[in-house]
Amino acid sequence: MKDARLAIVKRAVQEIENGMNVNLGIGMPTLVANEIPADFNVLLQSENGLLGIGPYPTAGEEDPDLINAGKETITAVPGASFFDSAESFAMIRGGHIDLAILGGMEVSEQGDLANWMIPGKMVKGMGGAMDLVNGAKRVVVIMEHVNKHGESKIKKECILPLTGRRVVNRLITDMAVFDFTAEGMVLIETQGNITIEEVREKTEAYFTIAPELVAAN
Amino acid sequence: MKERKVIHSFKEAVRDIQDGSTIIVGGFGLCGIPELSIQAIKEQETKDLTVVSNNCGVDDWGLGLLLANRQIKKMVSSYVGENKIFEQQYLSGELEVELTPQGTLAERIRAGGAGIPGFYTPTGVGTPIAEGKETKEFDGKTFLLERGIVGDFALVKAWKADTLGNLVYRKTSRNFNPLAAMAGKITIAEVEEIVEPGELDPDEIHTPGIYVQRLLLGANYQKRIERLTVAQV
Repeated sequence: MKDARLAIVKRAVQEIENGMNVNLGIGMPTLVANEIPADFNVLLQSENGLLGIGPYPTAGEEDPDLINAGKETITAVPGASFFDSAESFAMIRGGHIDLAILGGMEVSEQGDLANWMIPGKMVKGMGGAMDLVNGAKRVVVIMEHVNKHGESKIKKECILPLTGRRVVNRLITDMAVFDFTAEGMVLIETQGNITIEEVREKTEAYFTIAPELVAAN
Repeated sequence: MKERKVIHSFKEAVRDIQDGSTIIVGGFGLCGIPELSIQAIKEQETKDLTVVSNNCGVDDWGLGLLLANRQIKKMVSSYVGENKIFEQQYLSGELEVELTPQGTLAERIRAGGAGIPGFYTPTGVGTPIAEGKETKEFDGKTFLLERGIVGDFALVKAWKADTLGNLVYRKTSRNFNPLAAMAGKITIAEVEEIVEPGELDPDEIHTPGIYVQRLLLGANYQKRIERLTVAQV
């Protein structure tokens, strides 16, 4: 894993508390599962119909009837339950999932998220992302701070079509961690040796700095 | 009048699916797809289908077979990213697509089967999918009106059935199947094993047989795996 992604994943796992029911999105969020402390009782939800995702199966043990939302073969932990897709999204939309960790393409300073389509490119679909951002008790987005051209992915307004409006509670990047509050977007942490000034330079969105972070610098 | 539900030919089971029908198809990815009914529709060459299904198979399997054979006019799905033929037909304007968030799609099918013509959901508010849809405030929050879906036919795949059409699914192959079963005017279920009434524990039945009009015992299921992932030892 690239250092930037590793830093994001390592920070993201700290969002998971013992006893939580958690949905991890496809891609980088799925990697967070590997970092959950072994002594935690956490149930991972897969929106295709499983609460209690286990590790990948050993070779030869894979079961075509048991996959995750990324269509990968998986196992189920003891205590897992299976259900249909309406039940799965009742669980999500009804506020029964404690935490959803999703990937992002753009996040705005209002906490809007865009992560499902790029105009002019093939539209693949939103899958369950729009339901998750509106239903989970807490929504954490993880993504790299800048795109491959070095431009901020954290915008004043999202340019890409939205997945949800004012839905992000916390954003974790390879440079920083932000919270979205009634008072706006707040920088609460910087990653590694990154300075507040460097975060400012690489962030298009307007944000304030948490008093605790000011005091620590 | 109690008809016999068990049919011995897939060809016979899909024979009255007309051109232009709306069919709701169970499955998630390639997991829990009614693979034999789909192949029978392919062989029958029914055209101009509107297909309601979370995904559209892959190029050479599942609903991808019907796409490749140009039998689908419109797809109602939440995610269609695994299919190159889909992309070509969509970009050329040959194929119409209605993208629906996964939870909204599941609830639309469930609602259709449950006699609910529409419902309000928070999903999609403020996004492109809200365009043209009615909204309503409840307790200070905005919700979108979404419509229930009823299919002329539904195709479902279950693990076991009894001859009355009571169905049991296995693991995550349940997914959209119980919802599809409810929402088809005629529901065609294919299964891996059929037992006599009384052999299934009534407490374990996921889909009561009342939703199933035609039942078929399938053989030689391929159950293809889309992404084989195994633990690194």
